[in-house]
Amino acid sequence: MTVTRVDRPPHKAAPAEVGASGLLPAQRRLRRRSRLTAFAFVAPLIAYLAAFYLYPLYRNLDLSLRDYTVRSFVAGDAPFSGWDNFRKVLDDPTFAPALRHTMVFTFVSIAFQYAIGLALAVFFNRHFRLSTVLRALFLIPWLLPLIVSASTWSWMFNSESGVVNYFLSFFGVDPVGWLTSPDWALPSVIIANIWIGIPFNLVILYSGLQNVPAEVYEAAALDGASAWQVFRRITFPLLRPVSAITVLLGLVYTLKVFDLIWIMTKGGPGDSSSTLATWSYQLGFGTLLPKFGPGAAVGNLLILIALVFGLLYIRVQRRQEA
Amino acid sequence: MISTRRVLLAALTAAGTLASLTACGGGSGSSGSAGASSGTYIFWDPYPQLDASSPWGRLVAGCGTKAGVKVKRTAYDTTDLGNKALLAAQQGNAPDVMLVDNPVVSTLVEAGILTKTSDLGLDTKPIQKNIIGAGTIDGSAYGVPIGANTLALYYNKKVLSAAGVDPASVKDWDSLTAALKKVKASGKKGITFSAINTEEGSFQFLPWFWGAGGDLTRLNSAQGVAALSLWKQWVDEGYAPKDVLQNTQTTSWQEFATGSYAFGENGTWQLGNADKAGFDYGVLSLPARSGGSAPVPTGGEFATVPVQKDTARYDVSKKIVECLTSDANLLSTDTTLMYVAPTAAVQSQQVAKNPRLKPWVDAVAAARGRTSGGLGTKYPTISQPLWTAVQAALSGGKSPKAALDAAQASAQKN
Repeated sequence: MTVTRVDRPPHKAAPAEVGASGLLPAQRRLRRRSRLTAFAFVAPLIAYLAAFYLYPLYRNLDLSLRDYTVRSFVAGDAPFSGWDNFRKVLDDPTFAPALRHTMVFTFVSIAFQYAIGLALAVFFNRHFRLSTVLRALFLIPWLLPLIVSASTWSWMFNSESGVVNYFLSFFGVDPVGWLTSPDWALPSVIIANIWIGIPFNLVILYSGLQNVPAEVYEAAALDGASAWQVFRRITFPLLRPVSAITVLLGLVYTLKVFDLIWIMTKGGPGDSSSTLATWSYQLGFGTLLPKFGPGAAVGNLLILIALVFGLLYIRVQRRQEA
Repeated sequence: MISTRRVLLAALTAAGTLASLTACGGGSGSSGSAGASSGTYIFWDPYPQLDASSPWGRLVAGCGTKAGVKVKRTAYDTTDLGNKALLAAQQGNAPDVMLVDNPVVSTLVEAGILTKTSDLGLDTKPIQKNIIGAGTIDGSAYGVPIGANTLALYYNKKVLSAAGVDPASVKDWDSLTAALKKVKASGKKGITFSAINTEEGSFQFLPWFWGAGGDLTRLNSAQGVAALSLWKQWVDEGYAPKDVLQNTQTTSWQEFATGSYAFGENGTWQLGNADKAGFDYGVLSLPARSGGSAPVPTGGEFATVPVQKDTARYDVSKKIVECLTSDANLLSTDTTLMYVAPTAAVQSQQVAKNPRLKPWVDAVAAARGRTSGGLGTKYPTISQPLWTAVQAALSGGKSPKAALDAAQASAQKN
């Protein structure tokens, strides 16, 4: 009840101030009611977050800190094992390659998605005939269910009957084991992922371009700037805020990509295209004997990495608002 | 205050995007559907391809009616069923009767969620020893096999005769490799199988591994290396396509069904498709390294009764299992699923009806359970490194010896 005491006006306060901060009981009741109302509005959101984010997160953390066997998983009496699962995961010979693949997958995907998305956004910004239709067509990768696009890519990359190798054979290129060679499996899933991510970059960067004032371009044209100079000195710098958001959101989305890789290679051949996400699934659900603890530990490490980028995103956003 | 809220928000954003990874968190108070109405019995199986109007669907419903209850059947994907069962048991609403793939039985027994057949009073005597072996842990059986399937070598008669190969000449590894060489020289493709990085890959590799005399507790023995070198040689020489690394048994069958492959390693369950393939085919048992039939792994499902709080339910569950595994029903079920029956009596009826099943019945008689021989839940921790090693060797990432050394090290650690 300290709040009410603070609200009470000091005795020697000037009459004018009493009117401003001193509240009559009726007003106070009203204020409390409005506070309750505000809470009622927030409550569904809090309940939603608790049920669908906090609880699963807590369960996942709990899974990763206990020594779960199938028996103790069912009985619910797994002993607390501290950081054992994490240590086991970090010591595993799969860990280093999985982390490296995750980073390569994420950063190469983002770099190409952003560069191609930006090029297309600038291209479509010139409003030529049919540009709207074409731009809409570019959204298709985004609209297709992932199972469809991943299966299609996997079929196109097939080393025996795939259309990619068939096409390359016209140029005298020997068949490439896109998904069956340890050197090509990761690049192949990255290529597919780039294709899927371009529309997202295109849409956001295109809408960012709409906000660049036309006068700036007119001024540049009057000054005789070349197309490259316009891009280099106007478009790119003015797009920087939008770019930062696009790239950071892309990072968080790409880190957790699982379905595409699982459908195309299942992390194989061997471990050559396994990322932290596929490895976590492999541990938890990919064998006949689930290892929930280590699987959850890998998942938590991934959350931690995503969290770093999440914080970065918030920082960037705050700087932009300021 | 603001910064903690921000951190929390970022955590939530990050967590939300990863929610799919945390899917194994148990739900809060989901009510036990199994105990909701005692007249309804929950039944799970891994046959989503068979709907309620199929003979199997009608059989399940009929067995319920006979036992005086209503059976609610749900079909899951095979790979999904084991984990679904664990989660359901954790929540205390396991199904009353469940059909699971045989290597999963030992995992579920380890979890303590299956009842012994002896406690239920189910008779398992007529069942062939090697078939029930996969569901027998420490001398007790935990389920009744509904049927068995296994692997053999399908061959395309036209491709072989064009290459001048007599299928009868394929007796051991050397003669098989020689046949593959001739087929390749004739411009056709040699052999297709599945070396995918899942349990299917290990299942397909085991006949060669065991056929060389390999032992699952010592993956990197000379015999194991010989088996993996055989596969690697086939892929390297172009006798087998590179995409075996991605092949499931289904896609491997599709390759064989194109008619351009001489051999395909596949299962009993493809017999129905083989008749539709449109070319003359034959079936050989998989050869062992130095002749004779290689031991093949048994496939097929077990009917199990998960542990219930309300033990009074077992009586009806037992009746349902007995009905499903009665001789008459086994015959029709195994005909539908293209399985070999688990009892000698029904097997002879099957062969009488369809003489083409004879080699399969012999193969099943010589087959081994993957989890048999005391391996139990050790098998999954061996199988996963094994398929990883197969992938590493066939893709050229490692030599067979190095790949199996790594596999053995990883299997021992678990």
